[in-house]
Amino acid sequence: MKLELRFFASLREALGISQESVTTPVTVKTIADLRAHLIERGNPWSEVLADGKVLRCALNQHMVDANTALQDGAEVAFFPPVTGG
Amino acid sequence: MPIKIQESDFDVSAEISALRKGDPRVGAVVSFLGTVRDMNDGSQVKGMTLEHYPGMTEKALQEILDHAKARWDIYQTLVIHRVGPLLPEDQIVLVAVTSAHRGEAFAVCEFIMDYLKTAAPFWKKEDTPEGARWVDARITDEVALSKWKK
Repeated sequence: MKLELRFFASLREALGISQESVTTPVTVKTIADLRAHLIERGNPWSEVLADGKVLRCALNQHMVDANTALQDGAEVAFFPPVTGG
Repeated sequence: MPIKIQESDFDVSAEISALRKGDPRVGAVVSFLGTVRDMNDGSQVKGMTLEHYPGMTEKALQEILDHAKARWDIYQTLVIHRVGPLLPEDQIVLVAVTSAHRGEAFAVCEFIMDYLKTAAPFWKKEDTPEGARWVDARITDEVALSKWKK
């Protein structure tokens, strides 16, 4: 499916990218699948998105957990825990 | 229920006056003002830059305010959050709540801040003598949130 990816803060800097359109294979069904798929790209993705890293993700601008199902055309964002206020 | 994300500074007094203007039911206004400290985690902070996720930020804050309105008997809420470059002593965030009595306004002001700290997509990057660094989320923010989940 087609997805619009967004990255913020330390992830954006470490990946050197803030936005990207991707077409994922059919095996990518959830946020966790997408993360694993991006890790397969190798460095810096494998390091920045590594399993041990605490990340937050949003689907269509709502914070969700990793087992949330993706939908075609969705906007998916990865970012570190928030630090506003 | 205004939500404002802006680079520019704000006038607390003018914002609170506007929030309660024309509403004689209001008997209590509670506000919280967050400002930039010059020290964090043992380092001097010369300045900071606040990044956010345009679009999601407004939605996340609106959800927080909707939850507050559904749970407590309050009248108006206001959240102003600045983004971009800031210096020590600068104002960062203003939350204000009006209600008939102080109990609800105090509770909701704290509720909004506790949720904002963990659910609104803002990130701080500090400029310190050792270099620029992204601020880490605090476990105490998660603890503060847990008290509202009873």
